[in-house]
Amino acid sequence: MELMKSENIVQDRQPQPQEEEEIMQQEEEEEQRFHVLAVDDSVIDRKLLEKLLKASSYQVTCVESGEKALEYLGLLHHSSPASSSSQHHHQGHKVNLIMTDFSMPGTSGYDLLKRIKGSSWKDVPVVVMSSENVPSRISIRCLEGGAEEFMLKPLQLSDLHKIQAHLLKSLPHS
Amino acid sequence: MDRYGMQNQIACIRRSLFDQGYLDEQFIQLEELQDDANPNFVQEIVTLFYTDSTRLIQNIELTLTSRPTNFSKLDDYMHQFKGSSSSIGAKKVTSECAVFRQYCAAGNAEACIRSFQHIKQEHAILRKKLEFYFQMMGQAAVAQTT
Repeated sequence: MELMKSENIVQDRQPQPQEEEEIMQQEEEEEQRFHVLAVDDSVIDRKLLEKLLKASSYQVTCVESGEKALEYLGLLHHSSPASSSSQHHHQGHKVNLIMTDFSMPGTSGYDLLKRIKGSSWKDVPVVVMSSENVPSRISIRCLEGGAEEFMLKPLQLSDLHKIQAHLLKSLPHS
Repeated sequence: MDRYGMQNQIACIRRSLFDQGYLDEQFIQLEELQDDANPNFVQEIVTLFYTDSTRLIQNIELTLTSRPTNFSKLDDYMHQFKGSSSSIGAKKVTSECAVFRQYCAAGNAEACIRSFQHIKQEHAILRKKLEFYFQMMGQAAVAQTT
């Protein structure tokens, strides 16, 4: 009985040739789409940002903290990830843009920004977001720290063109 | 009521939510994000807001009862609350949060407690209104298919 069950499982795991082609096509399409890493401790703002970015057909990964973002980027244990050919590919991840909330508990948006800019991910554009008008010394500090832009939340559909501009800037030069 | 009557009523309800200052243009952003892939996006995010903010309210309540008053903690919670309510376009709730934060910055515990009552009130009123609004939309959707 058990032998038969495991046989069935093996059979189910082998995709048909047609499905294989579809999967490969899907993976190719995903490779071509921009991938945004969104960092925000607010569950509502994550959902909002995800929807907003998906509306532009971007791939989105949302994480809830600076620590989780560092983990995703392979920067959590202070070791530099193995470098690879493309400036945006590490750890098997491709990241074209990082959008982070400014005020988060633990690792703040500014801390995250500095860590990113001091790592092999330094060429990935970073946008910092805040839910309120921060004093200009703070937004300037972020810009001097390497952020592309400081944006006010909640983000709107009309802000997407700014995001697209940063993504297009990030394309490798030939 | 026929389907056109229902749609008119829904449009009226929606307009009054804006006219009476319960919602602002951020709510329209939510509506614009709703599409065939996510046909219930607005309702989902509003539901998420109420789940999340209920948790925050409980935390704030606890913090308000402890002495000495931890204004820094209160401000942190209220920053989150204000951020979320602003993200869904809850206009009155957001402005009450701003008032609370001013009293918090001034270290006025009594005023914070009073202000918090207003926040809870507006929070509850909006919830009822939005629940009714979504209910009406649900009924209209059913009416359209019959």
